[in-house]
This record gives sequence, structure tokens and C-alpha cells, in this order.
Amino acid sequence: MTWIVRNLWLIPAVPMLAAGLGALAKQRHRAFAASLAIGAMGLSLLLSLCAFAHALKPGPDPRQVVNFDWFQMGDPGAAGTVVKLGWVLDPLTAVMLVMVSFVGLLIFIYSVGYMARDGNFTRFFCFLSLFAGAMLGVVIANSLLLFFICWELVGLTSYLLIGFWYQKPAAAAAAKKAFITTRIGDVLFLLGIVWLYSQAGTLLFYDGSGGGCLEQSALDALVVRTTGAGMAVSTGIGLLILCGAIGKSGQVPLHVWLPDAMEGPTPVSALIHAATMVAAGVFLVARVYPLMAAHPAGAAAGTGALEAVTWVGSITAVFAASIAVAQTDIKRILAYSTVSQLGYMMMGLGVGGVAVGMFHLITHAFFKALLFLGAGSVIHGCHEEQDIRRMGGLRKFMPVTFASYAIGMLALSGVPLLFSGFWSKDEILHAARGWNVSQAPFYLGAIGAMLTAFYMTRQVALVFFGSNRGDGRESAPSSQEAMPQATPEPAHLHAKQGSPHESPAVMTIPLIVLAVFSMLLGFIGTPAWPWFQAFLKGESASLNFARFSEEGVLPLMLFSTLLVFLGLGLGWWFYGRKPIRRSDEPDPLAVLRPDIFALLRNRYFIDELYDNTVVAFNAWWSRACDWLDRWVWNGAVELVSYAVIGLSWVNRFCDEYVVNLGFDEGCRRLRLGGKFLSSLQNGRVQNYLRVIGIALAALVLFLIWGCRAS
Amino acid sequence: MSPLPGYLLLSAFVFAIGLGGALMRRNAILVLVGIELMLNAANLNFIAFWRFGAHPEALTGMLFVIFSIGVAAAEAAVGLALIISIHRHYKTTNVDEMKVLKG
Repeated sequence: MTWIVRNLWLIPAVPMLAAGLGALAKQRHRAFAASLAIGAMGLSLLLSLCAFAHALKPGPDPRQVVNFDWFQMGDPGAAGTVVKLGWVLDPLTAVMLVMVSFVGLLIFIYSVGYMARDGNFTRFFCFLSLFAGAMLGVVIANSLLLFFICWELVGLTSYLLIGFWYQKPAAAAAAKKAFITTRIGDVLFLLGIVWLYSQAGTLLFYDGSGGGCLEQSALDALVVRTTGAGMAVSTGIGLLILCGAIGKSGQVPLHVWLPDAMEGPTPVSALIHAATMVAAGVFLVARVYPLMAAHPAGAAAGTGALEAVTWVGSITAVFAASIAVAQTDIKRILAYSTVSQLGYMMMGLGVGGVAVGMFHLITHAFFKALLFLGAGSVIHGCHEEQDIRRMGGLRKFMPVTFASYAIGMLALSGVPLLFSGFWSKDEILHAARGWNVSQAPFYLGAIGAMLTAFYMTRQVALVFFGSNRGDGRESAPSSQEAMPQATPEPAHLHAKQGSPHESPAVMTIPLIVLAVFSMLLGFIGTPAWPWFQAFLKGESASLNFARFSEEGVLPLMLFSTLLVFLGLGLGWWFYGRKPIRRSDEPDPLAVLRPDIFALLRNRYFIDELYDNTVVAFNAWWSRACDWLDRWVWNGAVELVSYAVIGLSWVNRFCDEYVVNLGFDEGCRRLRLGGKFLSSLQNGRVQNYLRVIGIALAALVLFLIWGCRAS
Repeated sequence: MSPLPGYLLLSAFVFAIGLGGALMRRNAILVLVGIELMLNAANLNFIAFWRFGAHPEALTGMLFVIFSIGVAAAEAAVGLALIISIHRHYKTTNVDEMKVLKG
């Protein structure tokens, strides 16, 4: 076991340490905080590259694990009472490590420029480092428990960063919404963990000797056991774990938090809500894929859990893409696009296995981070404007941003050959085509692909082409009301005049780097040279162009290319051909079909639906509980307390007037007697003499009386 | 008629004067004087009962009185000495202020 495997824990530990140190920095120590975070991230990247290089080396076992006892429950020595944690280095971990730390590093650098004017710069970098550490922890975890711990840490930092501008009510509400919505999934996830522990007796994925919960012996046991309705236990656990992934990855029906999360700073949106954290859900499914895919007959696909993954993913892909068509906030469009692409990844996992989904995850991380950072650059250049109707013509003002954004857009749309999105998306569609359960996910995915090309064209056309509509913004309060989410970011409200400008180099260089990777990354997973897929499986890849011609690969590619160009063409037809002149001009689609457009603009009224059902029920239930507390439980408690008070009054009465009275009276009399007697002994000689005199007189009288009597 | 009741009345009168003085005066020396008066009234009773009693020929009453006078002289000396000593200590002869034995 080599050094890097034994010390894999350093990769998350270094950013965590940086977060700890950054938390101690004062607000004015900006350079210190930023360089600390970036340095730690750079170190993590170096270590990740070491790990990646190690994973690349062909060895007998592509998976190496280090486990340690965390704590002991019950008697020592008894089986199943030691809770173990550990980390694993396998190809899946290695590619995720490099992706997370590399994208993270670029976004950290970008943040230096983007957050330059923010007063809480040091806090921002502290949170970012904490997030990076937690995310890397998720990636290396070899125990579902450690996975869950880091998963929750990631959720926490997501909350902190969405609500980074907490003085803005929308941001605070969005942070709360994100936290609570993902919590719904996490509760079910935790149930799944508990169930798995009770069934398998361990939460380690791989324990090095075939006893982990994802290894054959445990899976065989899980598959044969059935639960209610004849479902295999492994499927039940898989579905519960999928619920956690749905919450974190913003899949339908728990997608509502992700668009709102765009209230956070744009680098956060790029890092957490596009590239890494939301991908953690997909990564989770990829990690527990053996569990999901476990089937008594040994079939690779077609289990209930994987079918659920596929359906959730494919529905989300189309659903979110259609919403993105009608949005006007530059970041929200990207957010719905992220939801849609995460759906693709889920679908890829469901229909094609780990490699298909993970390939899209990796390529998507790069081009979506690129798009978000580009959007941040646009927002920055347009003086915190987020409404794409008030942009336009930025191509001339921001050439670097435009070029990199266009590359990201083409990659996301899946323009053939040169861009990575094409290869990864095509892989998914190809797998969906070959799915033996249903063809519906394939068609849903195809529609989604076309919609993706369409809305990205719409966005680019509105933002970068046409004429600049930014000057008429003060005269358009009505459209401000129409889009309440398009509020400017108040944390750096500054002079809002002047034409749009290009962003500083610290922001554009990460864009360029990401753009390069968005193009090149596709070539590691083409059908001709499926290196990525082979690497994840632990095999070696070979270059073979003949694969293009087998199993209908080429027709499918032509089909998807057609779809993409259809989307691009439609988008250009509607938005690029004759660009809108004024920001309050209606959308061409709204003119065409106002009813559907309004439905999409309002996100299928899902938020309103939740507000009126789940949230309303919750509020009602809280009120009911409050009423119960206030009047029933509180009444009972008060009744008891009054009874006790009454009892103590009786008790006091007994004490004072029964027990104490006689004693007190006796004491008082004794004291009076003592006082009287002590007054006799006052030391005055004449008093004594008087007593003697009186006694003498009395004696005389007695004697006289006695004489008389006798 | 025996003059005894006359002596006894005189003696009672002197005793009463002595008792009154001892009780009412605040000056210690005058209290002592009152006590001397009472003592002498008692002596007078002794003499009177002896002279007009059953055996006037025996000198018992005379002896008793002389003895008593001797004792009274000693007692007066001791009393005066005490008063002087108290006066030195407390700078007073008022008996009301002499309440504490502990000096």
C-alpha cells in the first residue's frame, strides 16, 4: 500500500484545516484568507493528482481501502459492534477527486475577483474551504456513515453559502428552503443507512476482504431477503438512498430548492450548485451502484431501484429543461439547466451504469462551472444585473467572457465533435436506446437535449447579441415586478452607471482554463476510445474507430446532432434573427403561446403547489401542535402545578399552626419566665434588701397570725 | 407594769428607721449606717429581754450584746473597707451603680 493511499485523508483534511484557520482570520486579513484557501485547495489538487496517478497504474486490484475502528459498541470482540470508517481509492474516487479539487481551485481563484468588494471576504473563503473539505470527504469515504457525515457537512456549507448575503431576505429564505428540502431526502437516506446496517451489519463499502456492504457476499444476502410486496431488501434500501440523492441533486420532486439557491454568490452557484455538491447525489448513486443493481438473477440492469433512478432522471431532464425555456434570470436558467443535466446523469446511471452517468457528471462539472462563472462575469460586468432582457450586445463589451461562455453553451447543448457535452450526452442517449425496460426515457432525453440547445441559444442570443438594453432599466419597474427573483445582489451595490465592462484577469483566466477543458474532456470518453469508461471498470482502453459503426452508434449520433441543430436553429429563429429592442418587449414565445409560456415562466406552479399543500399543511400542523401545547399540555401542567401549590399551602398551614404553634408558645413562655427571673437577679443590693424586708414583714405577720390562731 | 413593751417599741422604731435608711438611701455609707442602726435595735432587744426576762442575775444577755457589738465593729470595719475599695474602683458610692461583681 503506497503513501498516497495511506494518506488519502489529507486531501479533505487540508481544506478543512484551512477553513479552521480562515475562521480565525479577521475581516481585514483578506489576502491571508484567500491565499490560505487557494493554497490548501492547490495542495489538495496536487494530492488528488498523485492519487489519480496511483489509480492509473495498472495493478491487480484497482480498489484500495484503508479502514480504521471509529468506536466500539457493547462487548469488545463481538461481531458487528465495531463501527468502522475508512477511505477508498478506486477510479471513481480518483476522477471525482481531481474534478472537485481542480474545478474548486479555479472557482476559488475566480472568487478573489468576484468577491473583491465584499466585506465578508474572509468568511466567504472559510466557508468555501469547509465546503471543499466536506465534498472531498464525500468523495473518498469508504463508509456510508462517513459519507453521510460529509454529506451533511456539505449540506450545511451549502446553507451557509446560499445565505451568505443573509441581509437579503430572499437569500435567507432560499438558504432555509435548500436546507429543509434536502433534509427531506436526507431523512429517508438515513433510514436507508439504518436499514442497511441492520441487514448487512456493516456500513463499509469495501472492507478489503470481501465483507463490505457493496461486496458480493452482502449483496447476495440482501437480494434474497424480501420485504413488503415482494420487493428485495436491496431494492428498498436502494430506493431510500435514492431519496437522499434526489434531495441533494435537485431531482423532481425535490428540485425546488436549487433554482432558489441562486441567491447565493455566483462562485457558490458554480462550485456547489452546479459542479460539485449537486453532483454528490449522482455520485452517491454511482457509489452504491452495486447495491442498486443487485439482482437475484445477476442481471446488470432492470432492478426496481435502477428503474426508479432512470425514471426520476429522465422526467427531471425534460421537466427542468422546459422550465428553463421561459426563465429570464441568467442564473436561474442555468440552475434549471443544472437540474435537467443532473437528471441526465441519473438517467445515465439508471440505463447505462456508473461510467455513463459519471462521464456526464465530469464533463458537466466543467462546462457548467464555466457557464456559471461566465454568468458571474456577465453579472459583474453589467453592474449586478441578472435579467437577460436588460442585457444584450455584450459580445462587443466582454469578448473573453463571450468566447468562453459560447464554448460552455455549445458544450452544454451538445454540439458535435469538438465539445465534451456531445460525447457524454450521446453516451447516455445511446444507453437509453438500448434499455430493455422502456424506450420512453430515450425520447424524454432526446426532447430534453433539443430543449437544452434551444434555451441556451435563447440565453446567449439575449445576452450577447442584439443591442444593449441595459439603459432603459430604470424606466421598467413593471417588469421588475413581473420577475421578483431578478433582484440585484445588494452586497456590492455600487455605482450603477457606465457601459458593461470586461472582468479582471483573475476572473477571466479560470474561464479560459475551464473552456479548454470543456472542449478537450469529451475525447477521453468517445466511442472510439472509451478510456474513461474503461478506467472506471479497471480495464485498459484501445483506440478503435470501428466502434462508431456498430450497434447503431452512428445513426444515433446523427439523430442527436439533428436534434441539437434543430434546437439551436429554433432558438436563433426566435431570438437571434430579430433581437428584441427593449427590455419590456414580450418574449417571442409568449406571443406565440401565452398560456404555455406562462405555465413555464411560473415553473409549472410547483412552488405554489408546495406552498399550498406541504408548506400549508406543515404550518397548519404546527399551529395545531402549538394549540395542543398551549391549551392541552400546558393546561395539564398548570393543573398539576396548581394542585402542588394547594398542597403546599395545606402543608404550610399544618406546619405553622399545628406543629410549630405549641413549640413556639412554650419557647415564648420560657423566655418570659427567664426574663422575669433574671430581673430579680439584677445585682442591686437594695432590691435584695427589700425582698428581705418584705419577707421579714411577712414573717412577722405570719407569726402574729399564728399566735392569734393558736 | 413592765417597761419591756416600751423598750421593744423603741427598738422596733429604731429598727424601722434603720431599715428605711438601708432601703432608701443610695449612698453606700448611709446604707451601712442604716444597717448599724438595725443592729443596735437588735442589741437593744437583747438587753431588754435579758433585763426584764426570767434570769436577770445571769450575765448571758450582757455578754451576748458585748459580743455582738464587737462583731458589729468588725463588720463595720470590713464594710467600710469594702466601700472604700469599691469607691476607688468605680469612683462612686451609689449602690444602684454597684451591680456588677466582676471588676
